[in-house]
Order: sequence, then C-alpha cells, then structure tokens
Amino acid sequence: MAGSTPASLTAERPAPAGVAAAVVPRKKARFSPGQEAWRRFRRHKLAMASSVILGLVVLAVLLGPLFWQVPINEIDFASKLDGPSWAHPLGTDDLGQDILARLLYGGRISLAVGFCAMMVAAVVGVLVGAIAGMSRGGVDATLMWLADLFLSLPQLPLLLLISYLFRDALTKILGTQGGIFIMIVVVIGGLRWMQVARLVRAQILSIREKEFIEAARALGASSFRQVVRHILPNALGPVIVAGTIDVAAAIIAESTLSFLGLGFPPDIPTWGRVLFDAKDTMDIAPHWALFSGGAIFIAVLTINFIGDGLRDAFDPRRVL
Amino acid sequence: MSRQYIIRRLLVAIPSLLGISVVLFCVLALAPGDPFSEIAANPAIPPEVAASLRAKFGLDDPVWLRYLHWLSAMAHGDWGFSFASRINVDTLILQRLPTTLIVIGAAQILAIVVALPVGVLAGTRPYSIFDQVANTLAFIGFSLPTFFTGLLLIMLFSIKLDWLPMVYNAELSSTGWPWLWEQIRQSIMPVMVLGLFQGASLVRYVRSAVLDVVRLDYVTTARSKGIGERRVITRHVVRTALIPVVTLVALQMPIVFSGAIVTEQIFRVPGIGSLLIAAMLANDTPVIMAVTFVFACLVVMFNLIADVLYGWLDPRISYR
Amino acid sequence: MAETLLDIRGLKTWFATDDGLVRAVDGVDLHIDRGETLGVVGESGCGKTVTARSVLKLIDMPPGRFEDGQILWQGRDLIPLGQDEMDKIRAREIAIIFQEPMTSLNPVYTVGHQIAEVLQQHEKLGARQAMQAAVEMLRLVNIPNPQKRVHDYPHQFSGGMRQRVMIAMAMSCKPRLLIADEPTTALDVTIQAQILELMQEMKDKLGMSMMLITHAMGVVAETCQRVVVMYAGKVVEEAPVEALFGNPRHPYTQGLIRSIPRVDRAAEHKERLEAIPGSVPSLLDPPPGCRFASRCKYAMDICVRGMPPFKEVGPGHRVACVL
Ligand SMILES: Nc1ncnc2c1ncn2[C@@H]1O[C@H](COP(=O)(O)OP(=O)(O)OP(=O)(O)O)[C@@H](O)[C@H]1O
Ligand code: SF4
Ligand SMILES: [Mg+2]
Repeated sequence: MAGSTPASLTAERPAPAGVAAAVVPRKKARFSPGQEAWRRFRRHKLAMASSVILGLVVLAVLLGPLFWQVPINEIDFASKLDGPSWAHPLGTDDLGQDILARLLYGGRISLAVGFCAMMVAAVVGVLVGAIAGMSRGGVDATLMWLADLFLSLPQLPLLLLISYLFRDALTKILGTQGGIFIMIVVVIGGLRWMQVARLVRAQILSIREKEFIEAARALGASSFRQVVRHILPNALGPVIVAGTIDVAAAIIAESTLSFLGLGFPPDIPTWGRVLFDAKDTMDIAPHWALFSGGAIFIAVLTINFIGDGLRDAFDPRRVL
Repeated sequence: MSRQYIIRRLLVAIPSLLGISVVLFCVLALAPGDPFSEIAANPAIPPEVAASLRAKFGLDDPVWLRYLHWLSAMAHGDWGFSFASRINVDTLILQRLPTTLIVIGAAQILAIVVALPVGVLAGTRPYSIFDQVANTLAFIGFSLPTFFTGLLLIMLFSIKLDWLPMVYNAELSSTGWPWLWEQIRQSIMPVMVLGLFQGASLVRYVRSAVLDVVRLDYVTTARSKGIGERRVITRHVVRTALIPVVTLVALQMPIVFSGAIVTEQIFRVPGIGSLLIAAMLANDTPVIMAVTFVFACLVVMFNLIADVLYGWLDPRISYR
Repeated sequence: MAETLLDIRGLKTWFATDDGLVRAVDGVDLHIDRGETLGVVGESGCGKTVTARSVLKLIDMPPGRFEDGQILWQGRDLIPLGQDEMDKIRAREIAIIFQEPMTSLNPVYTVGHQIAEVLQQHEKLGARQAMQAAVEMLRLVNIPNPQKRVHDYPHQFSGGMRQRVMIAMAMSCKPRLLIADEPTTALDVTIQAQILELMQEMKDKLGMSMMLITHAMGVVAETCQRVVVMYAGKVVEEAPVEALFGNPRHPYTQGLIRSIPRVDRAAEHKERLEAIPGSVPSLLDPPPGCRFASRCKYAMDICVRGMPPFKEVGPGHRVACVL
C-alpha cells in the first residue's frame, strides 16, 4: 500500500502520490504580472465603465467629424442660440454655429493637449528622475530640490504669465494654432514632471541595491542600459498611474486657460474655449455651457477613474 | 515643539522663495521684447528719454545684475506702478489681498468641516455603501473643474432659483446687518465652489490616511484598552491620520490658488486672482509680475504653516 | 479542581480575503485555569495571534468573522457581547501585549498619557491621579526615573523599554488574565530574559493567569505549566509541560522539541522551528484529514482521509494523531 510508506522528510524528495496530492494545498493559478494587473483592473467597475466611455469619446472626436460633416464655423444668425434639435443635436451658439461639430473638433485639441502635455511631463520626469537616481550626491540633491521647488510654484499664475509673455512671439513663428498648442503643451508638461521624477528616482534607488543590477554591472552593462533594461520596466506601473492623472490635470489646465480667455483663440473651439464663449448667455442658452463643460467633466472624470483603476492594478497597496 | 524647529523651517523657506524668484525672473528675462520696446517704438518719446529710462531700469546691465536689482526692489516693496489702475502696485495688491485670503480661508474651513467626518467615516468602513458613495462623489467633486462648477451654481442658484446674486458686488450700499447678510449671500457661491473642490480631494486624503492608520498595531492596542470605539477613532486614528493629511493639503495649495483665480474671475470677486486676469487683458506687466510673486509667496507661506502644524502634530519630528 | 477562567471551545475565526476564505483558526479548544501560565506554541502563521485576538474580539470584521465556537470567560460567552460590554472586559479583566513593541504604542502621545488613558477609563481616576498612577506603574516595571520618563514619547524609548511600558499599561487595571503574544520575539536576547522575568514577577504579584504565545520551546519549558501546540489553525497537542517535553506524542511536537538546540537557553529564534522540513499548508481550502500529513514522516492513508480525533493519552495530555 503506497500510503503506508513514510512520506518525505525533506521538501525536495517527492512524497508518495496519494498523500501529496491530497495534502498539498491547491495552488492558485499563476498569472504573469500583466495578467494579474489586468485581473485587478477589471475588478474596478467604475474604471472599466470609464474606459468604455472614454474610448467612445476618443472615437467620437477622431471619427465623428467624418460622419458629422457640418462645418464648425458655418455662421447662421437665423438659428442662433437654438436648443438641441435634429439639425443641431447639441444646439447652436450665438453665431448659429453647430455646437456638436465644434465640440467634436475642439475635443481633438483638448484631448491632444492633455496627452501631449502628459508625454512631456513623463519624458522630463523620467530623465530627471533617472539622472538623479543614478548620480546621487550633489546632482541628486539639487534635482530633488528643484522638484520640490516646482511643486511649490503657483501653477496657474505662472502658466498665465508665460502664455501672456510668449504667445505673440510663438504665434509669429509657428502660426496661431501650432504656436499656442506647443506653448501650452510644453508649459503644462514642464510644470508637472515632478511626481514622475520622484517615482523613477525612488524606484532606481530601491532597485539599485538589488542583485540583478549588480549582476548586470558585473557583466559590464553601462548605466544607461541599466536604466533602460532593468529599472524603467519596474517603475512603469506607478509612472503610468501618475501619467494618467497628469492627462486629466493637463486637460483641466488647458481648459482653465481657454476659459479665462487666455488660451486658444475663438476660431479653435477647444472645450474650455467654447465654455468661455458660452458663459455670457447661460440664462438664455444653458445647453451651450452644459455641453461644453460636460465634455470636459466627462473626460476628466473618466480619466481619473481609470487612473484609480490602474493604481489598483499596478500598485495595490497604495490607496492614494 | 521647539523654537529651533520653527526657525529651521523658516530658513528652509528662504531658498525656495529665492528659487521661485529666479524662475519668475528667468521667465521675464527670456520673454521676447522688453517692456520698454513700446516706449522705444513710440515716436512721441525722444530717444534720449527712452535711453535714460532704459539706463534707470538697468535694462542694459548683465542678467544677474538685473536680477539683483529686481530682487532688491521687490524686497523693498518697490513693486512698480500699475499702468491700468494708476496706483502703486503694492497698494493695489494690499487692497485686494484680504478678499482673496478670506475667500480661500472660508473655503478651507468648509472643506475641512465637510471632508474630515466624511473621510473618517469612509476610512473606518472601507468598501461599505457609505464609502463607495463618498468615494464616487469625491471623484466627481475633484473632476469637476472649478470654472464649470461655478457656472453650474450660477445657473442653479442665480438664474433658475434666483436665490443668490450672480456676481460679487464690492461696493454694497447697505450697512450693518443688511450689509453682513448681503456679504454672506454673495460669498456663498465662490466659497462653495472652492470649498467643495478642495473638500473632494480632502475626503480622499483623509480616507486613505485613516485606512493606513486603522491597521496599525497601536490602534489595536488602543482597542484592547477598552476605551470605546469613539475614543479609539478620534484620539488614536484621526489624530495620527491628520499628520500625512497636513502635508497633502500643503501640496495642494497651488491647485487651490488656481481655483481661487478662476472663482474670483467667474464671480467677479475683487481679489488678486481677478486682478491678475484683468492685468493680463490690459497688458499691465508690473501687476502681473507682482501678483504672480505674491501667489508664490502664499504657497511658500502655506507650506511653512503646514510644516509648523506637522511638527506640532508629530512629536517625532520636532525632537529630531 | 482549579477554577477555569477562560474556556475556548471549537473556535473558528475565518477571514474572507480576495483569494478565498482563510481559515486562520479552525476549531481551537483550550482553557486556562486561575493562576496558571499556558504556553501556546506553533510556527509562524498557524493562528496563534488570531486566537489571542479573538479572545478580546480584536479581529477586524470584515474581513474576519467568528464562524463557530464559544469563548467562555468565567462561564460567560464573549462572542455575542456588544462593544460596550467587551470594553468593560478589555484591560480590566483581560489584557494583552503584542509582539512589536516598536509599533504598539501611539507615537503622538506620551507613554504616561497612554497608560493614564486606561486608568481614567476603568478606574475612573482624574487626569492628575491617573498620571500619578502611571508613574507608579512605570516604577513597577523598573523604568528608571519614572517621574520624568512618564512625559516622554514612545520614540524616546528603546524596544525593551517600550515593552515594559506595554506591560505597565496591561497591568494597570490588575487584570485576571494577561495574553502575551510573543512579547519577546522582537527583542535582543538579553532583553528577552529580563522581560520574561518581569512578566513572571508581575504575574506572581497580582496572582493572575497568563497565556504566553511564543515560538520558543525553551521559554515554554521555563515559564509554563501547560502547553498547547497549534498547527495550521488547529490544536494538535495539549499537555502539562513535563509530559510534553518528556513524552511528546504528536510528530509535529516531536519535531519542535528536536529543533531546540539547548533547552537552557531562554532565547530562541524563528529559524529554529523551520528545522522541520516543508511549510505550513495553505489555510485556504485546507484538505480534509491531518494537516500535518504533507510533512509527517509517519503519514498514512487514513491520516488524509479524515481528521484524526483528539484523544486522551495521559492526565491532561491529549493529542490529535492517529498514532
Ligand atoms: N486580517 C486578516 N486577513 C486575512 N488573513 C489574516 C488576517 N489576519 C490573519 N490572517 C491569516 O491568519 C493566519 C494566521 O495568522 P496568525 O497571525 O494568527 O499567525 P501566528 O501563529 O500568530 O504567526 P506568527 O508566529 O508569525 O505571529 C495567517 O495565515 C494570516 O495570513
Ligand atoms: S495523523 Fe498521521 S499525518 Fe497527522 S501527524 Fe499523525 S501520523 Fe502524521
Ligand atoms: Mg503572531
């Protein structure tokens, strides 16, 4: 009888089949880190719903203008400030322009600003964080002091100040749309790299100590290769989370600027700009402000929820 | 808390102020054209006068010297002259600053009064219905940009219900109690916009800090003392959870000021935020620079207050 | 016949986690008589802490819940009691000290305040009197210069000193039972002996009972009258201390005792217990039958078929093994 033979003494020696199978606990199925993250993300229902909604919004602004071919600047005083109708599903503005067409078109810019500004922030952040983490000493201390300094800069006044001082020069060089776009993206991104830099630096400091970096160093890998091959993939999760939140923040920043009349000009109907134009007729045409503000709100809310879901997925212990 | 601790924090604040002033000055120095190009271009002003003006303001000096001049002028309260308002900039700002501080202060109080109990309740009952509702509302709260909330409130309370005045009136004609009543009525919406936005993020901070603290050993110790759940929560959980919250709130200050600028602009509150926007629209450079610098100082000051609070809340810090 | 203070019967404390139901304590029976010290031993993760916290209902619910069983304190079941009634028992009748002195005290209050808090609550002392009593308690646990130290914060004390503070706090209402959950594991070897000695001294002074949870068999041999051996959420052997060391019946207990290099050394380390090959089975979905079977060199077919019964093998000596 198999079971009556003494079972193993050490873990390495295989135990008699009958005993081992019955006793060794059923192991959870193994997931790769990516699958594990996806499993956790899926459990965040609001994040899942938000992904769908945001996906639809992105699709709409990308493909919408192909289907809804009303021009964004067709002026028609006969139907100005009309509420939603079949001809104008979201109504018209004070010049009789179709709000749906304007929001679809402007959404491209609003979302692109958010995304590009995030990329700027991420690139600057990864660079600064990597340099700080690899160099330590004085350079590290200085860069981290700089990060702290940037964290205590008053962002909106500075954004306003820069766009006030530089907009004319830039529009001269790059044209209205391009100049303002680049300026806004660079400035918003340039004011938000600190979080990413800190995360990357912290990750480098913690991983530097681990053996596999030592091993890589023994094999003669350069510092740069270490960062690219070993450290960045590990820092990726938190950086993605921070980046997602940055997209939302950048969208708000751009909208704020446009809402104050100091961002994009009226012929570029970003959501914030449309809201700025709408605010003086809120009493007679509330739909105008509601739809444009609602678009910003939906985009920001869904991105924030997705960020929260990603945090659950990549960084389950953190709550904030 | 020791006096040395406060002094040390004060000393640490000086480099950040200097750093911020360098950033501001760089922005100004890098800006294309100088503030006197208009004067130089103006045919009514003889070239000798323009040149002497340039010399007086040291525009031909090397950059670092100009920085030192500018800094010492700022430090002496010599902030220039407002082209638009025709008074000294420092006088102008001193007129406007109290209103801003009162609005921000009232909003902070509102935020704390709402967010502290909600965050604590949510954090002590994680994943309960209450927590989920509070969490979702908080997400909505800080995803709603302040400019949109402001417009929504105006639509609801001023246009639809006609309960509250749409814009702030700095020169109320009434006196005594009616004045106070009017003052409160017209402050409700600005304070609510700012307070709810801040409160929403505060709920998340408090919740996550509470969540972190409730699972610590000393809370179990406190429970084992039989002092009652209420006391455990208020004396042991909330008291320590406040420590990280203070830091997070301080980090939020730049965002709060952004919100304040927008809010003042929407409701035409005569604070330094609306002053900044007005100055930009009027190309009033000295005012723009000064207000931006004041905002920077306010951020540093609030960080300082947070540091002091932190040291007061956490005995481990101030003894170091 | 000694009076039974605490009698735990068939206690099951389970946790609902993301991965499934963790049966941390899965049918534990044990009892403590007046004036006795009961040792609870077993390797890491076997449910000692959960058992101890269950007694004072310090389990987080959710995720935890009492699935079954009774916790009889002087004949009265604690499980159905409400918060208020539990608070009258906590610290006043049953006190507990934890493993980690570094984190068991609230960093933002002075130690005096934390001791006084208990006294104000249960002895209805005023603030000043309570503080005075706290000084006395610190003196009792041999903290030098208590008059001054009472105003210090926990971070100003060393680990051993903090554990003394914890003991002072636990003793302040003269409880009838002290549950000490690995009170010395986190401390240096020399400090460990001092703390154990202090607890012994306090116990004798106040005539209370003690439930001493530990990894260290040496400590058990020195301080306990009876011992309960736990494995994977269950009690596998219970015996008077001499019987346990002289005639260990459960293969797990035998392994534990063999793994002690020298009984006369009070301080033991966690690694020693891991001298038994293999590790504790998962408490998720535990298999039927003896939970030690995967590591037991005597394991037989019948061991995995059903739970071995708890049988009496000597006076007060019971074991759950088919052998
Ligand atoms: N709050 C909880 N949620 C989920 N599982 C828990 C919880 N608390 C304890 N457990 C599980 O219960 C089991 C028993 O833990 P317990 O702390 O009682 O072990 P122990 O015997 O005290 O170990 P150690 O010697 O390391 O202190 C562990 O597997 C642990 O994972
Ligand atoms: S019951 Fe069987 S497997 Fe369990 S300890 Fe006894 S002999 Fe070993
Ligand atoms: Mg334990």
